[in-house]
Amino acid sequence: MEAPIRARDTLALALFSLLFFICRSSPLNNLLISNAERRIDLSSHIVKAYLTLKVENAGSTPASEILLAFPLAQAGHLATVEALASKGKRKKTTLVRLEVKPTELPDAPNDAIYFTIYLANPLNSGESTTFEVLYMLTRSLEPFPAEIGQSESQLVIYRDSALILSPYHIKQQTTFIKTPSPKVESFTRVEPTNRAGTEIKYGPYEDRPPYSVSPILVHFENNSPFAVVEELVREVEISHWGNLQVTEKYTLVHAGARHKGVFSRVDYQSRPSSTGVSSFRYLLARLPPRVHSVYYRDEIGNISSSHLRADSRKSELEIEPRYPLLGGWKATFVIGYGLPLQDFLFESTDDRRYLNFTFGCPLLETVVDKLTIKVVLPEGSKDPSAVVPFPVEQHLETKYSYLDVVGRTVVVLEKKNVVPMHNSHFQVYYIFKPIFMLAEPLMLASAFFLFFVACVAYLHIDLSIRK
Amino acid sequence: MSNIPAADLLKPFKLKTKQQELLIRVSILCLVYILAFITRLFSVLRYESMIHEFDPYFNYRTTLYLTQNGFYDFWNWFDYESWYPLGRIVGGTLYPGLMVTAALIYRLLHFLRFAVHIREVCVLTAPFFASNTTLVAYFFGKEIWDSGAGLVAAILIAVCPGYISRSVAGSYDNEGVAIFALLFTFYLFVKAVNTGSLAWGLASAFGYFYMVSAWGGYVFIINLVPLYVLVLLITGRYSMRLYVAYNCMYILGMLLAMQIRFVGFQHVQSGEHMAAMGVFFLMQVFYFLDWVKHMLSDTKLFQAFLRITVTCTVAVGGIALGVGMVSGYISPWTGRFYSLLDPTYAKDNIPIIASVSEHQPTAWSSFMFDYHILLFLFPAGLYFCFKRLSDATIFIVMYGLTSMYFAGVMVRLILVATPAVCLISAIAVSATVKNLAVLLRSKSKAVQTGSTKGTSSGKASSKAALDQSQPFQKNGAMALLFGVFYLLSKYATHCTWVTSEAYSSPSIVLAARGAHGNRVIFDDYREAYFWLRQNTPPDAKVMSWWDYGYQITAMGNRTVIVDNNTWNNTHIATVGRAMSSYEDEAYEIMRSLDVDYVLVVFGGVTGYSSDDINKFLWMVRIGGGVFPVIKEPDYLVNGEYRVDKGAAPKMLNCLMYKLCYYRFGDLVTEYGRPPGYDRARGVEIGNKDVKLEHLEEAFTTSNWIVRIYKVKPPNNRW
Repeated sequence: MEAPIRARDTLALALFSLLFFICRSSPLNNLLISNAERRIDLSSHIVKAYLTLKVENAGSTPASEILLAFPLAQAGHLATVEALASKGKRKKTTLVRLEVKPTELPDAPNDAIYFTIYLANPLNSGESTTFEVLYMLTRSLEPFPAEIGQSESQLVIYRDSALILSPYHIKQQTTFIKTPSPKVESFTRVEPTNRAGTEIKYGPYEDRPPYSVSPILVHFENNSPFAVVEELVREVEISHWGNLQVTEKYTLVHAGARHKGVFSRVDYQSRPSSTGVSSFRYLLARLPPRVHSVYYRDEIGNISSSHLRADSRKSELEIEPRYPLLGGWKATFVIGYGLPLQDFLFESTDDRRYLNFTFGCPLLETVVDKLTIKVVLPEGSKDPSAVVPFPVEQHLETKYSYLDVVGRTVVVLEKKNVVPMHNSHFQVYYIFKPIFMLAEPLMLASAFFLFFVACVAYLHIDLSIRK
Repeated sequence: MSNIPAADLLKPFKLKTKQQELLIRVSILCLVYILAFITRLFSVLRYESMIHEFDPYFNYRTTLYLTQNGFYDFWNWFDYESWYPLGRIVGGTLYPGLMVTAALIYRLLHFLRFAVHIREVCVLTAPFFASNTTLVAYFFGKEIWDSGAGLVAAILIAVCPGYISRSVAGSYDNEGVAIFALLFTFYLFVKAVNTGSLAWGLASAFGYFYMVSAWGGYVFIINLVPLYVLVLLITGRYSMRLYVAYNCMYILGMLLAMQIRFVGFQHVQSGEHMAAMGVFFLMQVFYFLDWVKHMLSDTKLFQAFLRITVTCTVAVGGIALGVGMVSGYISPWTGRFYSLLDPTYAKDNIPIIASVSEHQPTAWSSFMFDYHILLFLFPAGLYFCFKRLSDATIFIVMYGLTSMYFAGVMVRLILVATPAVCLISAIAVSATVKNLAVLLRSKSKAVQTGSTKGTSSGKASSKAALDQSQPFQKNGAMALLFGVFYLLSKYATHCTWVTSEAYSSPSIVLAARGAHGNRVIFDDYREAYFWLRQNTPPDAKVMSWWDYGYQITAMGNRTVIVDNNTWNNTHIATVGRAMSSYEDEAYEIMRSLDVDYVLVVFGGVTGYSSDDINKFLWMVRIGGGVFPVIKEPDYLVNGEYRVDKGAAPKMLNCLMYKLCYYRFGDLVTEYGRPPGYDRARGVEIGNKDVKLEHLEEAFTTSNWIVRIYKVKPPNNRW
């Protein structure tokens, strides 16, 4: 069974989205999935998949770790994997997040990559448990045709497998694929397959052995904005005088089907519903409340088309790039704003201060290929350390800003493939003595003092040689 | 002068009269310095901190290059992004003074740990130098008249619209620092002439060097100064001071100026600089004769010697000049210089100079607009100058008269005349007010003390008349003082109004009033340039009329065929020819120039009148000047330029027309008008069915002001 599957994979059929359950501590066959349901949401350009699994321990030893696996083709696109277990009885079930970590296995079939789920309570033999896995894939919708004219709408291809790829035996499984509109050009049939409205149902399939795959392909219309930020640098500058200055540099690109040929303004203006449907004019950025002095500009100046709606709980900034973004078009811009420091900076118990700020991109429904967060600490702060709920690359830099002598320490956090799921809080701890706040005013004051002294001295000293 | 009752009240802070005067003077100067700066910030407050217009974008781009790559790279910069495929040797074809100044300010600020962006430095360079100019004006006024006149001059020049027009924030052009350098050089030279000190002469040489490095207008200095020296020689005011000042300034200034690559050996090779050299030799002859006269006691002998020397000198000078001209060692005058001396020259011979609006002869209204009351204070000031002639006043009179002539020839040279006009007007104001004040103050004191204190020599005669009808004169003086005050306040309001309304628009961003009185912004230029920057291949070549060249390279970061540095007339004419040909002919030209995109500016939707259709006749003229296949009458109907149904057939089918009006016939621009109604020209266009064969619409901005077309690759032959 395995050999033909491998052959198919190497023939670059790009099989997607298979989930494996492997229990490392016990033989593979000890665990089995009695019921699996997968819902794949293709309505935006971020593919969201919800997986409900019922796992049964058929072995004799308790299992506490479960492996999730994805094929290599998905590895670069996988933005986030989360597992949630429901706890408690029917009425008051609470969802508990389980720890998920990437794991490497030496003899992974199909070049699969693995994630380990650590169960809160070990699964005893004979018992079964249900939990949910949520994962997101970015840049997984391939535009086909890859280039479209202004009057065409955007068609994309999504590739996956009708069967959940699994090292385990799956007793019963079903996959639902939700498309944004009923306009589906074609889809692979793996009987039983049903289509109703915007939903395609694969399954139920009974008793599939481990590593079963059945590639499918869905070709459908998706005109949602494929807004991808290729690079985002967020700089958060802390000033203990009461301000938090945030500067965000975006490289935005429309990652959908490339625009081909003519861009006709008269059509774009007069028939907005039928031309350039996949293009987008504006984006929404959700900023923290009490934001002030917001600006929106690029290398060549201010961009006048933006609106800020602020209330006590959130601020929404509607930004419009200089020109509508058609497929493949790019725009770079900078958003900057100030925030009151007391909302974000706190003192911890051990005499340290910490900044509590959101990771991720404020733009709604966008993917960030590479996100860099730079937290610029005030001059004279020591021992910086960052606490981020997911793995990121970290290093330190030095930055010179206004009136800096020794430079400010910058904590740099980098992460690739960021989706809105990553908009959680992170903390940067550091030690700062308030006396350093006075350094710059004192410097300025002494500079002016010296200047006046020099003036007075000059007026009172006669430097001429002749009398 | 002293204000004793007021000083009594402030006994602890009692200052001596001189100290009081100093305090008032310094504080007025400080206020003027600040005022000159902030009055130029209208555009920053109303729009944003941005670079204005066309040429400043080139300066900004080069400054950016200078700060990023250092001076040597800048000096050796070969810019392949402009004048494709020729390129441009930037370091050797620009005046680097402005860029180096801005880069130095930038470095200094960064050294002091002020993390400003280079753009802010560039935007505020012109206001900063305008402030410095007010200081120079003060010292200059003090030198030629007295400190009162200096103060008035500083105030007048701080807000004078003629100067503000070229020095608002964002107007990052050579003139911004050059007027400072010009006035500073003049001041130092006059100081050198007045003192005869080598130090001041040296300083003026360095001032001249800075001016040469900053602006091509240095030619004015190198011609005015010899002219002035000549006038002093003729009027018998030759002195050792003049000899020292001129020789030091000329020789050192010339040597220093040769260090600027763009100027090079022009000081000894170009016809425009020969006057200075001639006067230099003349001075040596003069000095020599003086010496001989001193040595010879016999006047007859001297007369004979004089005759021989003068004949020889004239002959040698004439022969040298003739040989230089014939052999081509001395280049003839350039077109711009000719057009200054003969205003009709450019119109007949060099359409590219005539096509620039700022090279047009000045209308009377713009004198009134830019000078306001200075226009009639100027003659009054001249009167005062003539009444108290000195070396310095002769200089300012000559400066004023010559620059006024040039201001009449070319609109942009109003700028050069402005400092002179302000200084001379300041003399008028200061002298008048002083006279009136003396009249008023003579009440409390004895008449005699007033007349002895009167500084101007002309006062003594009027004092006699004053004694006879004192009460009436006092009221008259009061009224006149109020009149002066009224005029000056009118001047201030006028200047503020002009600055705010006329000179503070960046011309990249257009603002208009909407139907409900709200402000509508047309940001189409930047929309198009940014689109070019982001969505075209980095090596794409853009063809447009030369006006937009600098902006495309600076903001769009793309290669252009021609730009505002109009050094190659043939290249511009080629573009003009392409724009005025039929599409297939134009396609051949564009293919030969490797053009990928064509950019046109079109105002038909918004009613923006300075668009390419209105500039089109200049393209035809410039193109036709080099390529006789393009004939202006083909585009006109009975000598009339029109775009509607009655337009000439060639006009309706030339590339420019097609690109501007492509698919315009489908658009309704104004309610109640047929589709294809051109709002800029107020007509319905004549060719609504524009078909393009070799080009396709690549981008049109939201208000249609900029339209970009892509040149298609050639069709396959089979």
